[in-house]
Amino acid sequence: MTQTTHTDPRTLTPSQIESFGAELEAIRDKHMADLGERDARYIRSIIKAQRGLEVAGRGLLFFGFLPPAWLGGTAALAVSKILDNMEIGHNVMHGQYDWMRDPGLSSKGFEWDTACPGDQWRHSHNYMHHTHTNIHGKDRDIGYGILRMSEEQEWRPYYLGNPLYATLLATFFQYGVAFHDLETERIAAGETTWAEKKPILDGIIKKMRRQLAKDYVFFPLLAGPGAPFVLAGNATANLSRNLWSFMIIFCGHFPDGVEEFTEEECENETRGQWYYRQLLGSANLTGGKLFHIMSGNLSFQVEHHLFPDIPAHRYAEISVEVSEICARYGIPYNSGPLAKQFGSVVKKIFRLALPDRKPEPKAQRLSDPLEPERPAERGLIPA
Amino acid sequence: MPAAQTAAPSRRRRGALRRQILSSSLLESLTTPHGVDRYLEILKPSYSLSDGRAEVLDVERRSVDTVTLTTRPNRRFAGFEAGQFVRVGVEINGVRETRCYSPASAAGRTDQVELTIKSHPGGKVSNYLREHAQPGMFFELSDADGDFHLPAERPERILLISAGSGITPVLAILRTLLAEGHAGPIGFLHYTPGADHHPYREELERIARENPNVALAVSYTREPADELGIEGHFSAAHLNALAPEHGEYETFACGPEPLLDAVRARWAGDGIEHRLHVESFTPPLLVAAPASGGTVRFADSGVEVSDDGNTLLEQAEAAGLNPEHGCRMGICRSCTCKVRAGVVRNALTGDVLEITDGEIQLCISSPAGDVELEL
Repeated sequence: MTQTTHTDPRTLTPSQIESFGAELEAIRDKHMADLGERDARYIRSIIKAQRGLEVAGRGLLFFGFLPPAWLGGTAALAVSKILDNMEIGHNVMHGQYDWMRDPGLSSKGFEWDTACPGDQWRHSHNYMHHTHTNIHGKDRDIGYGILRMSEEQEWRPYYLGNPLYATLLATFFQYGVAFHDLETERIAAGETTWAEKKPILDGIIKKMRRQLAKDYVFFPLLAGPGAPFVLAGNATANLSRNLWSFMIIFCGHFPDGVEEFTEEECENETRGQWYYRQLLGSANLTGGKLFHIMSGNLSFQVEHHLFPDIPAHRYAEISVEVSEICARYGIPYNSGPLAKQFGSVVKKIFRLALPDRKPEPKAQRLSDPLEPERPAERGLIPA
Repeated sequence: MPAAQTAAPSRRRRGALRRQILSSSLLESLTTPHGVDRYLEILKPSYSLSDGRAEVLDVERRSVDTVTLTTRPNRRFAGFEAGQFVRVGVEINGVRETRCYSPASAAGRTDQVELTIKSHPGGKVSNYLREHAQPGMFFELSDADGDFHLPAERPERILLISAGSGITPVLAILRTLLAEGHAGPIGFLHYTPGADHHPYREELERIARENPNVALAVSYTREPADELGIEGHFSAAHLNALAPEHGEYETFACGPEPLLDAVRARWAGDGIEHRLHVESFTPPLLVAAPASGGTVRFADSGVEVSDDGNTLLEQAEAAGLNPEHGCRMGICRSCTCKVRAGVVRNALTGDVLEITDGEIQLCISSPAGDVELEL
C-alpha cells in the first residue's frame, strides 16, 4: 500500500498543523532525552562489523584467483562500503552521535569511503536538501541537476535521455554525489563560475585521488600477479554500492504519492508546517531488520526527514508512533516494499523523459491520484 | 642478568619497527579515509597511534570515598612530571566525560600510572569510577599538563602539604623523590577527616618508618590528637612539629582553598612566598548568576541560544556542541575559547568583563549579556 490514509489533509486547520507538529516535537524530545549506552553500543557494533568485513573482503580478494574467494571478498567489501556510507557515514555526518563527544563519531570530523568529501556533503545534504526538502528551485536533490524528476522542471529535448542519464547516474553514483556540490547546471546557466567553484573542485579531486589510488592502484599492486582480480573485485564492490545507494535514495523522495512544493508555499513556514512538508515529501520502504540496516535506515526516510539528528536505528520504533499520529490526523504516510516504490520511480523516469501529455492545472497535478479533487494548498499556508 | 638486558632492547626495537610500519604512508593510503587507528582500536581500544589511552589493570577501594586505579597507558602517553595532572576521558552512558586528575605514582614510568579519585557529591565521573571502575576498562588519557610540579633541579629540602584528594600530586612528588634516592629532608603534612578517609595511610606510615629523612604528620580533623599533638586544621603548631625552619624548604601544597589560604597567609607573613607552590584541588563554588537575557552565538557552528545563566561550557554542551574541556573548574585551560565580542561574567569572582577578540575559559564564564564565541 502506498498510502495508508486517504483523508484529505486540506481539512487540517493551522492549529491542527501546529498540534501535529507539537506531537512530533514531543517524540523528538523523548528520544533525545533517552540517548545513551544503547545507541553507543549499536553504532560501535556496526562499525566493528564494517571494519571486519572490509579487512576480510580485502584479504579474500588477495586470493581472488579462486572464484569463491573472489565472490566472497567482493561481497564482503561491497557490504562494508554500503555500511560505511549509509548506516555509518550518512548518519554520523548528520550529527546523530555528536552527543557522545567521541571525536571518531563526530559529524564535523567524519570522512567516509566514497568520492564525495565529507565537508561538502554536510553542506549540500544536511543543509540544502534537509532544509529545503522537495522545494523546487531550492532542493537540488530533485534530479541532481541532470534528470527530470518532476513536472515542475520544464521539458526540453535533452530530457529524452532521462532513462540513460539515470542509468549512468546509478552506475557512477558516488561521483554524481561528489560533483553535486559543483552545481554544474548553475555554471552552465551563468549563475556561477568555474573560478568560484574551484575550491570545491579541488576538494573533490583530492578526495577522489585518494579513493582511486586505494582501490585501483595500491591494493591491486600489493596483490602482485593477482592485481586484476583485486581491481575487478574493488570495482564491482564500488559498483554494487553505487547501484544500491542510488536505488534506496531515489526511493526516498520520488515514488508515487510524494509531494513537491513551491518556494511561495514554504515562505514563513512554522515548525509544524515544516514537519508537515517533511512528512509529505518523503516515502518509506518496508522490509526486515537487515534490509533497514543495509539501507542506512533511509528506508525510514519519513522519520529521517522529521528527525535527521536522532540515531537512525531508532527510526523503526519512531515510525510506529509517527504513523499512528498520521492516522489520527488523516495525513498520508507513504510506505511500500522496495520493488513497488522503485518501480514507480523507474516509471517516473521514463514518463518524464517525454513532454507532459496534457498540461494539467497545478491543483490536479499535485494531488494524490486516489484523491483527484485534492487541491494544492494542503493546509501549508495558514488560512 | 645478561639475558634480560639483551631482551629488553630487542623488544624495544621490534616495537619501534612495528610503529614505523603502522605509521607508514602506504598503510595510511590503504586505510584512507579512516586511518590506521580506526582499524587498530577494533582489536583493542588502547591500540592507537595518535590518541593517548589507558587500560585499567587493578582497582582498589581503600577508603570510604576513593577509588585507586592502577592503569597502563599506551605508547602514545609521554609521561608526566611529579605533581602534574592528566585529562581522563571516561565514557558514561555513551557520553565521553573529561576530568583532570593528578597521577599519584612516581614520575618516570610511562607504562604504569596510578590514579586515586575521590567521589564527591554530584561528581558524575568520580562517582561513576568509584562505583563502576573495574579491571579491563579503557579511558582516554591526555598528555600531562600543569605548572605545579617538582622542578628539574630537585630542591634539597622539600615540604609537602595536602588535604583530602589533594594528596595525589604531592604523593607523586614524594614517591618520585624516594625512587630517585633523595637524601635531603622531606616533610609531609596531610589533612583528612579520619583514618577511614585516608587511602594511603599504611603506605605513608611505612615510608616514614623506612626512610629516616621523611617526617610524616597526618591530622585527622574529625578525630582526637595523635601522639605528636597534631589535630584540627593547618596551624603554626603543625608546622613547628614537622619543619620548624620551613623557610628553608621548597613547599608544595595542594588541597581546598581554605587550607591554601592559610598556608599562603603564613608564607606571606614570613616573606617566603617564592618558595611556595600551590594547586587548588576542589571545584570552586561558582557564583550563581541569573539569566542575563542576552544571546549566546556560537559563530563557527552557526548556533544561537538565549542565555540561561549557566556557564558557557554548559550552555554550549546543552546546544549539542562539544567544546574541548578538562577540569571544569578553571584550572587546566583546555576550554579556552576566543570571544569575538561580548560581556562575560567570571563565575569564580563575579567580575564582569567586556571583551572584544579576547580569550576566556568557558567552564568558569557565564554571559552577562550578548556573547559571540568562535566555537
